[in-house]
Amino acid sequence: MFESIGEMALLFFRTLGSLPQVWRQRHKVCEQFFEIGNASLLMVCILSFFIGGVICLLTGPVLVERGLASSIGGLVGISMCKELAPVMMSILIAGRIGSAMAAEIGSMQVYQEIDALRTMNINPIHYLVLPRLVAIAVALPLLVVFAILIGWGGGSLVAALNHQISISFQSFFANLRDFVTVGNVANGLLKSFVFALVIAVVSCHQGLKTIGGPRGIGRSVTKAVVNCIVMIVILDYFLTRLTL
Amino acid sequence: MNESPSNPATQRGVAVRVRGLCKRLQGTPVLQDIDLDVAPGEIFVIMGPSGSGKSVLLRHLSGLMEPDAGEVLVGGQPVRAPELMPDYRLAMVFQSGALLNSLTVGENVGLFLREHRLKPPAEIARIVAEKLAVVGLKGQEHKLPAELSGGMKKRAAIARALVIDPQLILYDEPTSELDPVSASVIAEEIVRLQRRIGVTSIVVSHDRDLVFGIADRLAVISGGRILAVGTPARIRAHPNAELQAFLNVDFQFPSLKQTV
Repeated sequence: MFESIGEMALLFFRTLGSLPQVWRQRHKVCEQFFEIGNASLLMVCILSFFIGGVICLLTGPVLVERGLASSIGGLVGISMCKELAPVMMSILIAGRIGSAMAAEIGSMQVYQEIDALRTMNINPIHYLVLPRLVAIAVALPLLVVFAILIGWGGGSLVAALNHQISISFQSFFANLRDFVTVGNVANGLLKSFVFALVIAVVSCHQGLKTIGGPRGIGRSVTKAVVNCIVMIVILDYFLTRLTL
Repeated sequence: MNESPSNPATQRGVAVRVRGLCKRLQGTPVLQDIDLDVAPGEIFVIMGPSGSGKSVLLRHLSGLMEPDAGEVLVGGQPVRAPELMPDYRLAMVFQSGALLNSLTVGENVGLFLREHRLKPPAEIARIVAEKLAVVGLKGQEHKLPAELSGGMKKRAAIARALVIDPQLILYDEPTSELDPVSASVIAEEIVRLQRRIGVTSIVVSHDRDLVFGIADRLAVISGGRILAVGTPARIRAHPNAELQAFLNVDFQFPSLKQTV
């Protein structure tokens, strides 16, 4: 495990070191960016809408019962932007995009395409890892902005339509404005940026380490997704602790 | 064929020298004390049964693997990982072709020039078309590797190698999984390239027809050790029993059907 962490750290710093190459790789960055956004936007919208709705549905009646109906907007607003949108979207992207990264790079490793790149003096980190890392580091925070807005929409809709809550859109968003600050949103975006780096590095590392044919590719994909989710949850605790 | 490489006037290939090369993989010795000398512009074939260490040796020559002991010198310089930009130009044709599946044939062939920004796009397109024509794949630029046959993939891989303008080409099992006609086309291509541009060619194969058809010299490897090195004629006359058993085993499937 420590060996893998060391290798991932090395891969991360080597990729950072190749950042000056990013302009040369801009077409691949755009391709990856489109792939991440196009593949995930609809899922992000559906997921965040229902997450916002569920939080409101679970907490709304209890808060109304205790005379705290005016706090519902704030609760949904803060929980979406500080925790649920960044973490849930990162887990979604780890499953959707991290697995694709590990599978694609793993397949290239198994079928000697990466060796072919190396014999042409093309550094696989510049060619494969850098565009993916840059694209996901930009795309995930943007998806999280979408997720926050849609989640707030889902929460407000449930608050307005559920007979046990029955709070108008105006009062929901007025309350949300009182509680949620720009700092809260920035906090969520910072988390999603860190999680994006984790997804790219863990997935590309697993892909590059793939051995053993199609079964090996499958193993790498599973490991990439599981390791991403575990690292996201662990890092989430420390980032939350740091930004309290 | 003779001991010295042909067409010395056109030679621009590099010499390859291997001394005391040893490699263990997961504790098992795969290469043991390998010594080899390949002259510039020579077609040198490394032959041996499956699992004898041929491909691992080739990966050491390309710098894709590092030895546990010993050294590999290419053009008098210690071999380096390819991405460290060695002073010589090396190209490798992999057993599977190793074309990038997400790119078209033309993009694959022009990848080296495009990524290193060595030529403008129009010039790259011209060079790609020219190299594809050399290997008999004229007009196939826009196809994806998945649309090509095994033989065409290997020829596209050779075209990709030619774009590098190599001094040393390494071929890993160039005729494996090919029908006899495609295999002979690839074999002719290897010889034609060596004659035309004087490149040093090192071919790994266990295809006896190919080996004796194209080799200036050859080495027979078994169990990670070199059994013999010499011209095809010398190898045929070599007294080593294991070598003779490998060379003379005769597979005749109809007779097998009767006897088994």
